[in-house]
Amino acid sequence: MKEISLVIIGGGSAGLAAAVGAYDEGVKDILIIERSPYLGGILNQCIHNGFGLTEFKEELSGPEFADRFIKQAQERNIPYVLESTVLEVTKDKVVTYTSAKEGVVKIQAKAIIMAAGCYERSAGAIGIPGDRPAGVLTAGQAQLLLNQYGYMVGKRVFILGSGDIGLIMARRLTLEGAKVLGVAEIMPYSNGLNRNMVQCLEDYNIPLYLSHTVSRVYGKERVEKIEISKVDERMRPIKGTEMTFDVDTLILSIGLIPNNTLLNNIGIPTGRSRGCAVDNHYESEFEGFFACGNVLHVHDLVDNVVAESREAGKYAARYIQGQLEKKQDRIHVSAGDGIGYVVPEYVALDGSKTTAFKFRVRKPSKNVYITYTLNGNVIKKVFKPVIIPSEMEIMNIPSELLGEGKGELSVSLVQKEEN
Amino acid sequence: MEERDLICIVCPRGCHLHVDKDLNVTGNFCPRGAAYGKQEVTNPTRVITSTVRIENALLPLCPVRSNGAIPKGKLFEAMKEIDKISLKAPVKIGDVVIHDLVGSGVDLIATRDMPVVK
Amino acid sequence: MKHVIIIGAGAVGSFIARSLSRYQLDVLVLEKENDVGDVTSMANSAIAHSGYDPVPGTKKAYFNVRGNRMMPQVTEELDVPFMQCGTLTVAIEDQQLPMLKELLERSKENDVPAQILSANEVRAMEPNINPEVKGALLCPTGGIVNPFLLTCNAMENAMDNGVELKLNEEVVSIEKVDDHFKVTTKNGVYESKVVINAAGLYSDKIAAMVEDIDWSIRPRKGEYYVLDHFEWNFVNHVLFPLPSEKGKGILVTMTTSGNYLVGPSSEWVDDKDDVSTDSLTLANVKEQAKMLVPNIPFQHQIRVYSGNRATPSTHDFIIENSKKYPEFINVAGIESPGLVSSPAIGEYVAKELVGKLLPLEEKKDYNPRVRKHLRTIELSDEERKALIAKNPDYGHMICQCERVSLGEIEDVLSRSVPINSIKAIKKRTRAGFGRCQGGFCQPIITMLLAQKKGIDVTKVAYGKKDSYIVDHKVTKGEN
Repeated sequence: MKEISLVIIGGGSAGLAAAVGAYDEGVKDILIIERSPYLGGILNQCIHNGFGLTEFKEELSGPEFADRFIKQAQERNIPYVLESTVLEVTKDKVVTYTSAKEGVVKIQAKAIIMAAGCYERSAGAIGIPGDRPAGVLTAGQAQLLLNQYGYMVGKRVFILGSGDIGLIMARRLTLEGAKVLGVAEIMPYSNGLNRNMVQCLEDYNIPLYLSHTVSRVYGKERVEKIEISKVDERMRPIKGTEMTFDVDTLILSIGLIPNNTLLNNIGIPTGRSRGCAVDNHYESEFEGFFACGNVLHVHDLVDNVVAESREAGKYAARYIQGQLEKKQDRIHVSAGDGIGYVVPEYVALDGSKTTAFKFRVRKPSKNVYITYTLNGNVIKKVFKPVIIPSEMEIMNIPSELLGEGKGELSVSLVQKEEN
Repeated sequence: MEERDLICIVCPRGCHLHVDKDLNVTGNFCPRGAAYGKQEVTNPTRVITSTVRIENALLPLCPVRSNGAIPKGKLFEAMKEIDKISLKAPVKIGDVVIHDLVGSGVDLIATRDMPVVK
Repeated sequence: MKHVIIIGAGAVGSFIARSLSRYQLDVLVLEKENDVGDVTSMANSAIAHSGYDPVPGTKKAYFNVRGNRMMPQVTEELDVPFMQCGTLTVAIEDQQLPMLKELLERSKENDVPAQILSANEVRAMEPNINPEVKGALLCPTGGIVNPFLLTCNAMENAMDNGVELKLNEEVVSIEKVDDHFKVTTKNGVYESKVVINAAGLYSDKIAAMVEDIDWSIRPRKGEYYVLDHFEWNFVNHVLFPLPSEKGKGILVTMTTSGNYLVGPSSEWVDDKDDVSTDSLTLANVKEQAKMLVPNIPFQHQIRVYSGNRATPSTHDFIIENSKKYPEFINVAGIESPGLVSSPAIGEYVAKELVGKLLPLEEKKDYNPRVRKHLRTIELSDEERKALIAKNPDYGHMICQCERVSLGEIEDVLSRSVPINSIKAIKKRTRAGFGRCQGGFCQPIITMLLAQKKGIDVTKVAYGKKDSYIVDHKVTKGEN
């Protein structure tokens, strides 16, 4: 069996940045395993711009952003394999992958970084009512078909879900000649970034129907029409509010789910984000297994993915070097009122000046405090005039506030009292 | 000029801008927001991204973008121009694909390395 | 002139074709859909019922029990996943216990092994069952089968033995001319001595083309949830509630691929082609299923689907010669337990009905087996390595969720039954059946299918003939 210090599963932005982070920390015996015929992952099909403002202080397209990291990895001669699929990861850190070129390869790793990204929630997962014809696609499928293969999925399109990829595809399909008749969002607020609401919908006069969902799909072979309805507070369609649209395509942008099956299969505990429950070193409950990027929790900005993944790489390197002990004492972090999830799930004090907490709120709120409560005592309150679920929050909390690094920390949203 | 409330699209932060009739911008987090606010009410512009047909590469299309913003009203005209051309691999990131896209003074550049694949 | 034309390539038509392919007969199968087994045979509970439930003495009882006994050999020959995991029919309330006794008696009459288990025994076997369980009827010969491959491979085997299949051939009229039938489809005219009507939901319409009939087929819809693989043995048996007039009730079962099915509902519908789903019906399915297994993890839902049972007005399978023309054979109303019955129906129709009309001489080179499927997911590392060394395409993974390689997709494309759609590939290989539902692999398979079949990408169908996936190629650089 081959022995490699660090195996990274996934060669997209997270995997590449993790590799760079580990390499720069001194671990050079790395292998990145990527399933596509190229590195860079999903960024390659995200041909729109807006990537890299934090990381490079430039506004790049997805392929350009990916290229920067591909080159960073290549400059360091970090080894990678393409068109290779990981079949299994064992608790003993044996990684098995398969490819046409190499057949079956087994590697004994010292540490593993999971960086396999996420997948899109499907029509079946939410059970869209009505017929199940062709022409119901996820935004990512439509994006791949259009931007990499050169095929338009339809002429008249409706979009369910206001996730960013859906909004971006609304613009993209419009520019390529399709008529996008509208976007329905089941929540009373948009799930995409504000800038995408403006430059993808408003610019092209595409209506957004908030608190609406697709209540029926019609079509025996291909989509013929769809019906949308307003929903009540329990998200059930309200009778009498139906509107129909004659479309040949329904595109779904209804959420992303961490693609964490390989680690789920060996029983690594997961957190509320559906990725691994990790500590502040991105290490899971299984020693030497790290996770970062969208497989850990779904990000809205790749700049945050690479920053997180570099850290994960750094800590994986320290683990390999014997400099990252699992401490007995640690704080368990939980999502309190109004908070969807928090990463990390555990904090083990390590001398760092600050500790980063990443989370999403459950609904848009104004004039609130994000309140950190450690063992019953409020240790920090951060005022936010506006906070929305579609934007992940990152807050760096001074580690000195975390006391002895034991007990329970809850992050919650508290409405500021009006004077 | 009329007063307008805008959402800044310069970066994903999405600041809520207010532009008054003297083109004073408030609500911006950074100077780029102020510039955007002024621009948006006087001469709105957008970066355009698309693809161009390419031969002898791994994929049939090469992604491209305008190397700067072009007038918003010229987006569809730009698409027509973009869709006319085709490339041959190899193409490098940053290669200029169209000079002076729709007379905007902005170039269209390739955004992915496309080596020759047989 | 053919000896036999079979109308319909569902499970029943395919098994009749397979049984006839033993003999020196020219057999043609006409199917109106774009693939075999694309209607009721595709959208059902995928259960190989033991036969404890049908009324003794009925055709349902006979063919179910016989079919169940044939299942181990048939699935071995046709290389179809089959697991004889047993079924449990569960009593949740005390007053249901006498019904278990009735079912036990019925099982004995049908010659089906069965026993009544105590509540404790049931709880020991099924840790996730409703703890209020009062007892259950265990039928160890019941099981689960892959319904897609059962039908596809029966037809493949028939074709390997000389049967001809034509897809997208909808029969519009049938005429008796002298000693034979003229069967007219939307595309052409075919002639044969014997016609077998195995047209499923439409078998009444087909029968009515040759004579007045006093029976009809009414579609009865069943809606289901599919859950992803989340753990093996969440349930260990097929779990049924006690049957009622509306059928066998909402069941909870694993599938042969480790998914879980919850359903079906039972609603009469007017349109035979209506396989839409409905939120309220599915919500009701969920509620009823919770009576059996309270904590089904519906967060693992990956799909909903529905299928229509071909429910006959006669309450029993119709397997008989037509009154007017003995050479016209109706095989109709094959609702549940139709899937498990189909091998037995095929055998009976060939030997007993066709055999009385045409001489049955066995082919010398008849082979009951299909070419083995190589499923990389079932291979050891060493076997996989050896296979990839021979054909590297088995190392090229296309569907990441279900672990399906290019080699496996190429294999089904090289088999006798033509592959015309993404769904045809999905049914045979499981590519696209996983948690992302083809999110990643469907565009890749679309391009692959166009390339392998030498057709334009815009002609690639998802399922039915005109269910195109992409609308048009973007015009770029063409002038």
